[in-house]
Amino acid sequence: MPYIPHTDNDVKEMLARIGANSISDLFDEIPAALKQTQLNNVPTRASELEVNQHMFDCAAQDGTPLCFAGGGAYEHHIPAAVWEIATRGEFYSAYTPYQAEASQGTLQLIYEYQTMLTSLTGLDVSNASLYDGASGLAEAILMAIRANRKSKSKRILVPKTVNPVYRKTAHTIVKNQKISLETLEYDVTQGYIDPASLPADPGDFAALVIPQPNFFGSLEDVDALTDWAHSHNALVIAVVNPMSLALLKAPGKWGSNGADIACGEGQPFGIPLASGGPYFGFMCCKQQHARQLPGRIVGRTVDLDGNPGFTLTLQAREQHIRRSKATSNICTNQGLMVTAATIYLSIMGFEGLKQTAIESHQNTKYLKEKLQQVNGIDTIFQRPFFHETVIKLSKPVEQVIKEMAEANIVAGVSLTKEFPELGEALLVCATETKTPQDIDYFIEQLTACLNG
Amino acid sequence: MSNIPTELKYSQTHEWIEIAHDGTGIVGITDHAQELLGDIVFVETPEVGSEVSREEPCAVVESVKAASDIYAILTGEIIESNEDLADAPETINNNPYVDGWIYKIKIADESELDELMDADAYQAFIEETEE
Repeated sequence: MPYIPHTDNDVKEMLARIGANSISDLFDEIPAALKQTQLNNVPTRASELEVNQHMFDCAAQDGTPLCFAGGGAYEHHIPAAVWEIATRGEFYSAYTPYQAEASQGTLQLIYEYQTMLTSLTGLDVSNASLYDGASGLAEAILMAIRANRKSKSKRILVPKTVNPVYRKTAHTIVKNQKISLETLEYDVTQGYIDPASLPADPGDFAALVIPQPNFFGSLEDVDALTDWAHSHNALVIAVVNPMSLALLKAPGKWGSNGADIACGEGQPFGIPLASGGPYFGFMCCKQQHARQLPGRIVGRTVDLDGNPGFTLTLQAREQHIRRSKATSNICTNQGLMVTAATIYLSIMGFEGLKQTAIESHQNTKYLKEKLQQVNGIDTIFQRPFFHETVIKLSKPVEQVIKEMAEANIVAGVSLTKEFPELGEALLVCATETKTPQDIDYFIEQLTACLNG
Repeated sequence: MSNIPTELKYSQTHEWIEIAHDGTGIVGITDHAQELLGDIVFVETPEVGSEVSREEPCAVVESVKAASDIYAILTGEIIESNEDLADAPETINNNPYVDGWIYKIKIADESELDELMDADAYQAFIEETEE
């Protein structure tokens, strides 16, 4: 059954009315050389049934392996109600609608999302989301350069312990704006930035990025790093796993004055693992920087009759008003993901979130203890950690990952490309979704793989 | 009818300048400009010590209706910004020519003053552009 709204006759009548011979005449302005007339690698047509069958076949290839990989996206239990509610017609949209104030329910949801995120990060203001954690860091860097009026430089210090994907994405987005991202080396024996190694005279820089937990799952000494950056008139950008904030100190409380901006990946809050997305980024900041925050912000207000309501606010930052001088081209971005995350957070409650974070930490602790007993494995970093840890293997990592896949296990994330100095290193993660039996099975298979 | 003090000089982008005894300039936006903008909710003042060029944007005034660039009325160096506007941006609506000043400038080239309008010329300019 076709869903094409215009019949051939409709098209003919419309063309006759405007005096054109064919639809392609309307695209005359585009030089022929630039037109892609055929999509060579796309099949011409398929029925709905055929497409469904194809998609089910593709999905089946993924299987349902036991997943011990993290590295930025994490498997958490998602209560069934989350997507049941998120996909209701009233919510099922990726954007804030035009005439936003006509959709009070959507605005209320975003307002509640912002409230939850500010309470988790300990900061004053939240936007309505960004694309993902990596592009969120890039936006935070651009924002810090605008917001830091004490610094004349466009230098940003980025520790090597920040997720390598985030570092690459940020570089791609900011490189043509004369912004330099300078890498801070880390302590390879402990897997963190040792505050004692920070330069006494770093020169003028606009901001320091602090990951918590860092890419290795380890905790950074955030208080010392924050105070060090502030003592050099630089801002602090916190890159945090929001799930960890149920247990760890909120960025707004780091050091003497708190981080200035917090951003990160929102996927752990009710978004299923998928091949890179859609996920969503979040960003919060101190009140004094609110006008430099990119993206939409919903505020609570009263109407002419004094009834409470919700409205978009501080829109002069945005592209539909400031055009090329807007803080960003970011809008609502991932409205549907934010809807799911807000429902997830309201179902879990703070206690539920804390429980999930504690169980994830305890499972990883159990995993690490078991790994320490395996012949051929070194647990190389002994810093406090959240729910990920690095192990060094006696056998090439790529080979181990391949062999474990045969046992239907995703063993972890290989660090050999980005961190060759660590040798055959593998990043492993056990969230609350792993049972003791799952972990024991993982240890058993890994032992067999290394000693086989 | 807008208030246009006779002792000031004016630009076509609706800024005014008053020349102080020491030869520096005090700059703000005109009564006519604040009327057009409506209730002002935020002012981003220029950074003290920065060099600005005539007719280039150097500050931003945001009202409930729009966000507008404020152009440097002359070339020179910003020597002071009105910090009080951060907490009370509505001062520009209430008193655009005195308390609502935006920045003070060390004038680089006094001959640029000749290109500005006096009160009568500015009055005529407003009437002309409103037609």
